Amino acid sequence: MPWRLLRFALNKKHPEPRMFTHHDKLKSSYDVVIIGAGGHGLAAAYYLARDHGITNVCVLEKGYIGGGNTGRNTTIIRSNYLTPEGVKFYDESVKLWQDLSTDFDLNLFYANRGHFTLAHTDSALRTMRWRAEVNKHYGINSEVVGPEVVKEAAPMIDLSCAGHSPILGALYHAPGSVARHDAVAWGYGRGADQRGVEIHQQTEVLGIDVKGGKVKGVKTSRGYIATNKVLCAVAGSTPRILKMVDVKTPLYIHPLQAMVSEPVKPWLDPILVSGSLHVYISQSARGELVMGASLDPYELHGTRSTLDFVEGLSTHMLEMFPFLSKVKVMRQWAGMADMTPDFAPIMGMTPVEGFYLDSGWGTWGFKATPVCGKTMSHTLVNDTPHPLITGFSLERFRNFALTGEKGAASVGH
Amino acid sequence: MKILTCPLNGPRPVSEFFYWGEVRPMPDPATASDDAWADYVFNRNGAPGVKREWWCHTPSNTWFIAERDTEKDVVLETYFYQGEE
Repeated sequence: MPWRLLRFALNKKHPEPRMFTHHDKLKSSYDVVIIGAGGHGLAAAYYLARDHGITNVCVLEKGYIGGGNTGRNTTIIRSNYLTPEGVKFYDESVKLWQDLSTDFDLNLFYANRGHFTLAHTDSALRTMRWRAEVNKHYGINSEVVGPEVVKEAAPMIDLSCAGHSPILGALYHAPGSVARHDAVAWGYGRGADQRGVEIHQQTEVLGIDVKGGKVKGVKTSRGYIATNKVLCAVAGSTPRILKMVDVKTPLYIHPLQAMVSEPVKPWLDPILVSGSLHVYISQSARGELVMGASLDPYELHGTRSTLDFVEGLSTHMLEMFPFLSKVKVMRQWAGMADMTPDFAPIMGMTPVEGFYLDSGWGTWGFKATPVCGKTMSHTLVNDTPHPLITGFSLERFRNFALTGEKGAASVGH
Repeated sequence: MKILTCPLNGPRPVSEFFYWGEVRPMPDPATASDDAWADYVFNRNGAPGVKREWWCHTPSNTWFIAERDTEKDVVLETYFYQGEE
């Protein structure tokens, strides 16, 4: 390091610009407390401040910004879902995504790649035609294509998949994209911070004060906060928070694992998903292959990863792309996915007045980040669910009116 | 490879086992209210802790109970179902 740089380091006239303001103390009360500084929580804070002018907001985070599932997903963005509720909701999200980099003045590396969901059986192909028709009805660009189109888009693929599960066709979704996931949390966080929202990292929620069915405050590891509104956006930790307010839900937690390979030259432009082989793969801007599989088979509240996962995923990956046999796996990790029985989220109001839920994001939460922020901020302000999320209420289970989102996760359902 | 102990076959790789969730008493469908039934059908205790769970060793189709800490990922005990106390 050149020594003259030290002059700047020691000079108070040239402070290092920080992305987030550091707050020494919590205030004694806030209009809204958001638990979880991941993409969803920060997006809600951002839209509360930007669209509704509510800035006396505090975001509490046990760990660090974007350290949960926001930084653990495989960064895929798409809207080719199956139910009308899902399609409309995710389509709104994709539209928001396209303007985010400009909105934040931060490059999210949003890259439109095209997304193929491969069909290896007649029944899979039938579901894809159904999805394509629902999508087209709502004006979303999806179509069923033949194997030759897949081969053209990814010439290295073995269309027979080692001879035992030949690709019969695919659902092609041209708007399918990837984005740099950490930057999404940073962008929302910085935008909220600049508008006066306080983000408190390393602050754990220990309890929620409920009196007469209403939220009165939040007990944290750094003191008590009085507030009438709490938004819970903590993905895999949701059941721990729900225990504090005694709200029952169908949420259950399974780990979801993913891995990346060493960086290689660009060879794969689109995003490929195979439900039958439990594989999804895309190539990042750095050249790493980002790969995921299905949920771990049993409940666990931890983020350990396993060798079984790498073995299983690699086996199937090699059936699709035999030439990858020499490529090394660089990292693997896991996130805690909060699953629901119908693969649709649980969003909106709860039996506790002033306690709002943004949960049930299982394996499909990243792509929904912008629209969740937008609809949850609307719900918090107006105390009625945003029209786009009425199909996702907690009430639907008590009424036996499930949403049945089979297009939810790419694989394994 | 994780190892789980089947009460019949002894320690086996976890990939031979099938997980069927927490042991939950079923209310009488004929007399339960709609709310109580919906609660049984859908709601789960999703919070971490020590849970009694149904597991099955699939090659031998042996169903049994495992007591497992779902936060630490440790199996405390496995045994055959003896009915509810």
